Amino acid sequence: MIVTILDIIISGLLLGGIYAVTAVGLSLQYGVARVLNIAHGEFIMLGAFITFTLYTRLGIDPLISFVICGPVVFAVGFLLYRTLFTRLRNTSPTAGAFEGNSMLACFGLLFIIQNLAILIWGADMKGYTYLAFSVDFWGARFAANRLVTLGFAIAICLVFYLFLANTRMGKAIRAAAQDPETAGLMGVRINRVLALCFGFGALMAGLGGALISISYKIQPTMGLEYTMIALIVIVLGGLGSIPGSFLGGLVLGLVGSIVTHIEPGLSLVAYYVIFMLLLLIRPKGILGK
Amino acid sequence: MPILEGKGVSRYFGGLAAVSNVDFQAEAGEVLGLIGPNGAGKTTLFNLISAAVAPRSGSIRFKGKEITGLKPYQICRMGLARTFQTVKVFGNMPVYDNVLLGAFFGGGGHVSPADAREAAEGALEFVGLTQAAPTPAKDLTLANQKRVEVARALATRPDVLLLDEMMEGLNATEVNRAMDLVRMIHDKGITVVMIEHVMKAIMSVCGRIMVLHHGAKIAEGTPQEISTNRTVIEVYFGERVDA
Amino acid sequence: MGLKKTKSKKIVALGLGLLFLVPTAAAPWYAPVYTVILLTSILMYMTISVSWALFSGPTGYISLASAAFFGAGIYTAAIVGKALPLPLMIVAGALVSACLALLVGALTLRLKGIYFVMFTFGLVELLLHFILWWEVTMSGTTGRVVPPAGNATVFYAMLIILVILILTVLMIRRSRYGLALLSIGENEEAAAHAGVHVTALKVSIYAVSALFMGAAGAAMATRWTYIDPRIAFNPLISFVPVLMAIFGGIRPIYGPIIGAAIFTYLEEFLITRFPYYYMLIFGIIMVVAILYMPDGLVGLTQRIWKKMARRNHADT
Repeated sequence: MIVTILDIIISGLLLGGIYAVTAVGLSLQYGVARVLNIAHGEFIMLGAFITFTLYTRLGIDPLISFVICGPVVFAVGFLLYRTLFTRLRNTSPTAGAFEGNSMLACFGLLFIIQNLAILIWGADMKGYTYLAFSVDFWGARFAANRLVTLGFAIAICLVFYLFLANTRMGKAIRAAAQDPETAGLMGVRINRVLALCFGFGALMAGLGGALISISYKIQPTMGLEYTMIALIVIVLGGLGSIPGSFLGGLVLGLVGSIVTHIEPGLSLVAYYVIFMLLLLIRPKGILGK
Repeated sequence: MPILEGKGVSRYFGGLAAVSNVDFQAEAGEVLGLIGPNGAGKTTLFNLISAAVAPRSGSIRFKGKEITGLKPYQICRMGLARTFQTVKVFGNMPVYDNVLLGAFFGGGGHVSPADAREAAEGALEFVGLTQAAPTPAKDLTLANQKRVEVARALATRPDVLLLDEMMEGLNATEVNRAMDLVRMIHDKGITVVMIEHVMKAIMSVCGRIMVLHHGAKIAEGTPQEISTNRTVIEVYFGERVDA
Repeated sequence: MGLKKTKSKKIVALGLGLLFLVPTAAAPWYAPVYTVILLTSILMYMTISVSWALFSGPTGYISLASAAFFGAGIYTAAIVGKALPLPLMIVAGALVSACLALLVGALTLRLKGIYFVMFTFGLVELLLHFILWWEVTMSGTTGRVVPPAGNATVFYAMLIILVILILTVLMIRRSRYGLALLSIGENEEAAAHAGVHVTALKVSIYAVSALFMGAAGAAMATRWTYIDPRIAFNPLISFVPVLMAIFGGIRPIYGPIIGAAIFTYLEEFLITRFPYYYMLIFGIIMVVAILYMPDGLVGLTQRIWKKMARRNHADT
C-alpha cells in the first residue's frame, strides 16, 4: 500500500517537475515578454527530438546533450523574438493588439514548426532507451531514468531561481516583469531583456522536452497537449508569477499521477476540471497578483 | 432622503487605502463638487459608486436602494450615469452611434428604435454636437469627445450624473462652455456630482463641495465655507493647484 | 450622412450576392460531382469563418475553439444520425454546440480575454481525449457510422445553413446588439457603464456562432460517413477561420467569405501539388499575413481605395 502511494508520489513529482520546467518557460514568455506562446509545446517537441537525434545518431548521452539542445532552442526563441515579435511590437497600436497579434503569430508558428518536424522526422512515435534499469527504494522499484529526470528537473528550476535572484540579468528580468516602462527608464535595455526572456522560455521548453524524451515516447504532434498543460499550470500558479508556475506544475503533476492511477486516459480531463474550478472560484491562481 | 449616499465606504489597493471610511450624500437636484489633491481618491470614489470596482466595506445607496454588489449596467439602468477621467468614447464608431448605444441600453426597460433615436438626437442637440453625428469619435477634439461622453450619459436618462474632470485639458473658452453645459444639465433637474481641479468652475457652479485628502473626507460645505476652511487651505498650499 | 451611398452599396451587394447565389444553387444540376464537392467545402469553410467572425470580429475576443464546436456537431450527428432525419440531425448538432458554447462562455467571458483564449485553445484536445475515453470505456466502440446523404443533399444543406447564417449576421449587425458588440470591442468598460450587459451579450453571440458551426459539422458528417473522435475533432479547423479572417479581413461580412473562397482554392491547389508541404505553407502564409497585412486583403484594398479617393477630392 505504502509502495503504491510512494510510486504515485514519485511519478507525480516527476511529471510535476517536467510540467514545472515547461510552465516556468511559458510564464517567462507571457508574464514578461507578454507573448502568449501557444506554440510552446512545439519548442518542447523540438527539444525532445534534438535529444533523440543526438542520442540515436551520434550516441551523445541525453543528459550531456542538454548543452547542445538548450542553446539551440534558446537561439531559435531569441531570434524569433528579435525578428517576428519585435516587429509586431512596433506595429501593434495597443498592448492588447500586440498580445492578440503575437498569439496569432504563435498559432502560425505552431503549424510551421510541427510540420517541419513531421517532414524531418516523420509522423510516427519514436523513443529510445536510456538508463532503463530499475532502482530499489524502500521496497519500491523505480526506473532510474525517471529518478534522474526528476533530479534534473529540480536542478534546472533551482539554477534558474538562483539566476533570477542573484545575477544582474536576473534582476533586470524581474524588474521588467514588474513594470517594463519604469525598468526601461532605469536603464534596463528592455528590448534585449524581453528577447532574452523569450529565449529563456524556449530554453526551458527545450530542456523540458529533453527530459520528456528520456522517459516517454515522443512524436511531432506531442506539443499541443503540453502547451495546454503549461497554460493550465500558469493559471493555477497565478499569471505573472514564476514561482507560482513552479508550484502549480508540481501540484498538477501530482494530480495527474493520482488520476492516472485511478483511471488512465482521464488525466487531461482532470486538468481541465481544475482549470474550470479555477475560473469559477479563483482565477488569480495560487500566487497570482 | 438624499438621492445618493454612502456610509463608511472604503477601498484598498494592496495595503494602501485609496478611499478610507468616507460618508457622503447628494440631495436630489443639487450640484455637488468633489475636490482634493491628486491621488486623494476622488475617481476611486466614482468607481465605487458606478461599480467599476467593489468596496472593501461600506454601503452605497441610490434612490434608497443598496447598490454595492450590483454590476455597472444595472446601476446605469437605475438612473446613474458617469463620464470618465480618461475619455472612453468608441473611437471608430460615429458620434451618433456612441450616443445611440446609451439610448438603447441605458434607459431601463424596453426602448423602441424610434424612442432611442429620439433620445440620441436630443442628447446630441443638447450638447451641441448634431453636426458631428456621422464623424468617427476618434476624429473629434478632446473637448468634443468629452461632450460625446456627456451626450452618451444623458441618453441613458439619468437622475444622477457623475462628471469626472470634465474640464481637464480644456482651454479657457472651452471651460466656460463646459460650465454652461453643467448649468443646463442642472436646470433639467439632474443631480450632478463633479470632480474638478479647475477651481473657478467648481466655485461658481457647485452648491456644495466635498474635499477628499489621502482617501478621507476632510471638509464639506458651501463654496464660501470651503474657500475659507483652514484645513483645506493647508492641504492645497503645499501642492500645485491648477487654477 | 451619406445615406444615398450606403443604399446604393447595399443594392450592389445584394445584386452581386444573387448573381453568385443563383448559378451556385443550381450547381448540382449542371456541374460535375467534383465541383459540387468542392463547392460544398467552400460553403463549409465560409460558414465556419463567418460564424467565427460574428463573435470574434467585433469583440476582439479570439476564439480558438471552432474545431470543438464543429466537432461537437459532427459527433452529435454520429450519435443520433440513425434515429433522426437529416434536418433534425442538423438542428441537434447545432443545439449541442450552442450549449457547449454557453458553458464555455459562462465560464470564461466574465473574465479577462486571456482566459478565454487559453480555455478555447485546449478545448478541442480536451473533447478529443474525453470522448475517446468515453467511447472506449463506456460504449466499447471507437468509431461510429453516419447514414450517408447524397452529394447534392449535403450541398443544399450547407447552402441553406450559410444563407441563414448570413441573414442572421445581417440582422444582428443592424440591431442594437450589433451596436453593442462593436462597443464592447471598442471599450468594454464604457459599454457596461452605458447599460450594456456585457457578459450576457458576449455569451449569447458566442452561442449563436457555435450554433452554426455545429450545424455545419452535423451536415458534413453525412459526407464522411465514418466518424471517430480523431476525425471529428481536428485542430486544423480552429486555425482555418483565423487564417481566412486574416486573408479577408475581420470586420465586413464579405471579408471572411472572400477569405474562405481564397483559402479553399489555395488548399485545393496546394494539396495536389505539395501534399507534404501545404500545411507548412499555410503556417508561413499566416505569419506573413499577420506581420504585413493586419487588416487582411480586404483591409489592404480598402486602404488603397481610400488613398486613391483622397487624391481625387480636394483637401478638407
